[in-house]
Amino acid sequence: MLIIGEKLSIIAKRVREAMMKFDKGPIQEIATRQWKEGSGMIDANIGPAEDGGEKMMEWMVTTIQEVVPLPVCLDTTNASAIEAGLKVHNNEWGRPLINSTSNDPERFPIMEIAAKYNSQLIALTVGKGGLPADAEERAGIAAEIMARAMEYGMPVEDLYLDPLVLQIATTQDQALKVIKSVKMFQELNDPPMKTVVGLSNISNGMPKALRPVMNKYLFALLMYEGLNAAIADAHEVVETAKTIDIIMGRTLYAHSYLEM
Amino acid sequence: MAFTAPNETYSGKVYQVEAGTDKTIVIGGENVLPFNSFEGNMPNRPVIAYEIQDVPPDDWPDTLKKVYEGVSGDPVTWAKYCQDKLNAKAIALRLIGTHPDRQNRSAQDAAKTVKDVLAAIKVPLIILGSNHVEKDTAILVAAAEAAKDKNCFIGKALEENYKTIVAACMANNHKLIAMSQLDINLSKQLNILITQMGFDKERLVTDPMCSALGYGLDYTYSVMERIRLAALTQNDLTMQTPMLGDIGMYAWKVKESTASEAELPVGGALEPRGIAWETLTAGALMIAGAGLLIMRHPEAVNAVEKFIDELI
Repeated sequence: MLIIGEKLSIIAKRVREAMMKFDKGPIQEIATRQWKEGSGMIDANIGPAEDGGEKMMEWMVTTIQEVVPLPVCLDTTNASAIEAGLKVHNNEWGRPLINSTSNDPERFPIMEIAAKYNSQLIALTVGKGGLPADAEERAGIAAEIMARAMEYGMPVEDLYLDPLVLQIATTQDQALKVIKSVKMFQELNDPPMKTVVGLSNISNGMPKALRPVMNKYLFALLMYEGLNAAIADAHEVVETAKTIDIIMGRTLYAHSYLEM
Repeated sequence: MAFTAPNETYSGKVYQVEAGTDKTIVIGGENVLPFNSFEGNMPNRPVIAYEIQDVPPDDWPDTLKKVYEGVSGDPVTWAKYCQDKLNAKAIALRLIGTHPDRQNRSAQDAAKTVKDVLAAIKVPLIILGSNHVEKDTAILVAAAEAAKDKNCFIGKALEENYKTIVAACMANNHKLIAMSQLDINLSKQLNILITQMGFDKERLVTDPMCSALGYGLDYTYSVMERIRLAALTQNDLTMQTPMLGDIGMYAWKVKESTASEAELPVGGALEPRGIAWETLTAGALMIAGAGLLIMRHPEAVNAVEKFIDELI
């Protein structure tokens, strides 16, 4: 299970302030903590970043990789910011991941960038026509994105399909459809397609204390269906990940398995 | 189209562990299942150590005793005999005389024996206690100190007594043998506990507990096989230690290797039967993944060496 540490987001006040001042301290502290807590990649969410996005992404990637030997997930809608980030990304720590493309023609150029820089890419299974209704529609969109990726010279093995987790508090019926999507996505290719979710979206709008509970149980169900990666708070999900790996027989049990 | 045999590739690799200072041995290092070198590398052949004791082998069957007649009265002479006459690649000194039910030798006695044997041989030494949980803590600590910087294998650390033995191995630069009782999960747990003390996992050897042919060999085989699979296929860092098969002491106390032909007519002559029993037990566990074997009868050792030649 690849945990993509989610805490470096422009939405968080402390992170936003550090980004505005180009203050490395808080960014590196959070990245280091996510790494130590079990992340295999660090998400750098700089938002739409319409002004100065290139410089910002460049700074984020180098700031993170200065202290953490992990690849970075470049999270923005600004294509040139992504390209700037990829140029400075240290692939010695693993291949980068772009977050994200979708079936919206405006997002297709991202595939070209991914192919050019040999990056992996998250594909949100949404199109221009709003949110998908069910797993079948998501799988249909996924298939279209896969075909598009091949046109742009990108191996589908480098795609992570994202079924788009929605809030349980407002769209309760979508949770099961997301779980089913993760299962269906894998059947679209041999070897199976890789899957990823933005986990904590499920608990958006819930009371703060309950959010980890919801996140962890959804995570367990998704792991059972074969999920490969999650953008999540490592501290919150690492125990679930290790435990499900034991139950699924992927790790040999020992009393101290959580400490490993 | 010509048939191409499918090849497995593995994500994990067994640690390579070296012992000795003058002449050395190296075990482990493979990234494939035992002897499957057509799929990867098996850089080191299994090593067989000759077992000797700190006290005369009164409890060994006559078949074995007569092999070491005239040398087994003194561990130094015995060790030299194994090294010089039998070409032993390593010596395993079992301090069985320290057991309270045996001669109850003291830690000082044990330390002296270790020093004397080390002074007489060039090949690496494996130092084993008597498997008495309490007594071994004192004995193995004294032995580790007496052998300081000689890069020995020392064991066996058990779940009940590992802490002092681990500390002594760390302080005196030795490799450690950790033994659990035929349980893969407890074997992993013990490795974790030992490394959590700061002991390098690359200096560890796992003994999942041996058993002789006909007396639970299949259990040992299965645990060893699953340890190796966890190491190679799941890249389980806690299970990538080389494994020990402590063959002789198990193979030479069962009915089939000790009962006379009159008592066991179906088994045929006693001497070849005992040798065969030790050979088969060792051969099976080597196939399961043991990289270090402790054995007693020279003819059994030679048979297993020949077996290795054919497999490699």
